[in-house]
Amino acid sequence: MSTATIAVVAFSAAAYVYARDGWDHFRTILISDAVMLLDMLPKVLGGCLIGAFVTLLLPREKVARWVGHESGMSGLMIATAFGFVLPGGPVTAFPVAGAFLLVGADAGAVVAFITSWTLIGHARTLIWELPFMGPDFVMWRLLAALPLPILAGLLARAVLRAGLARAP
Amino acid sequence: MSMAINLLLWIVVGILMLIAAMRSRVVLSEGLRNGGGEVLRLLPRIAIGVVGAGFIAEALPKALIAPWIGPESGLSGVAVSIVAGALTPGGPVVGFAIAAAALKSGAGAPQVVAYSTAWALYAIHRLVLWEMPMMPARLVWLRASVSLPLPFIAAGLAMALGKP
Repeated sequence: MSTATIAVVAFSAAAYVYARDGWDHFRTILISDAVMLLDMLPKVLGGCLIGAFVTLLLPREKVARWVGHESGMSGLMIATAFGFVLPGGPVTAFPVAGAFLLVGADAGAVVAFITSWTLIGHARTLIWELPFMGPDFVMWRLLAALPLPILAGLLARAVLRAGLARAP
Repeated sequence: MSMAINLLLWIVVGILMLIAAMRSRVVLSEGLRNGGGEVLRLLPRIAIGVVGAGFIAEALPKALIAPWIGPESGLSGVAVSIVAGALTPGGPVVGFAIAAAALKSGAGAPQVVAYSTAWALYAIHRLVLWEMPMMPARLVWLRASVSLPLPFIAAGLAMALGKP
């Protein structure tokens, strides 16, 4: 399933709405969604530019080593902050997470990093979530998600300490 | 809210461009080119998803949505949303279009938070296709299993924070 699938489903839904409710209602929906999209456009562009510059400027190896040497709560917090800052999709994030392990980061920090990147990562939020969900929903969801990366890291450490899983 | 986010965002863009320009003009122009190219590449997909979600929401039978995942559906609605999130295949266009359509057609906001959190953390499709080949298997299992309760917690925190 991909954009093409969504396009087909969306087109069918639009045709159905047009047939059921007529042109006026169809136009109302179209305009309200287009206005929302236009409103979010500067944010999508800003998000893409931030992602591009962070990719060029961020010394990833240095940060990885930094996360690797930190333990305890500060290791989790640095990993979470890095998850928020790191742009790009899974092709970028998972190799970085693998590099954390290589330089000696604990599994808790790696879990906190991946959780942070998927839940509060700026690129995903700015480029994808904002145009779809609108700023009010996104800010509210972000607030609720803020403690989760640290929590996931602590849970991972607890699971390992209890011997329920073996360290990777 | 929208204007404040724009202002903050473009201040960050400005600072990053300044740092890039201090490194060299090449870094600055490369960043601008990469960022601009990314927008052009993603915009059609985002547009189809956003406008499509509006029509999908309108076509969905609202009377059917509310009992399952409406604001009154409570914990069972959250659980249904989490299972749906874990089973959603595909990339961001699919996940966010479904979340936006659900929200517009009467799903409860905490239920939508639960859906998108579960989808982000452990959509099975993504675990198998992306994470498994790139990460040690033990870490994938560890991460996925400690993530199991997180969408419930996110929905709970969202409810505690009040409506958006």
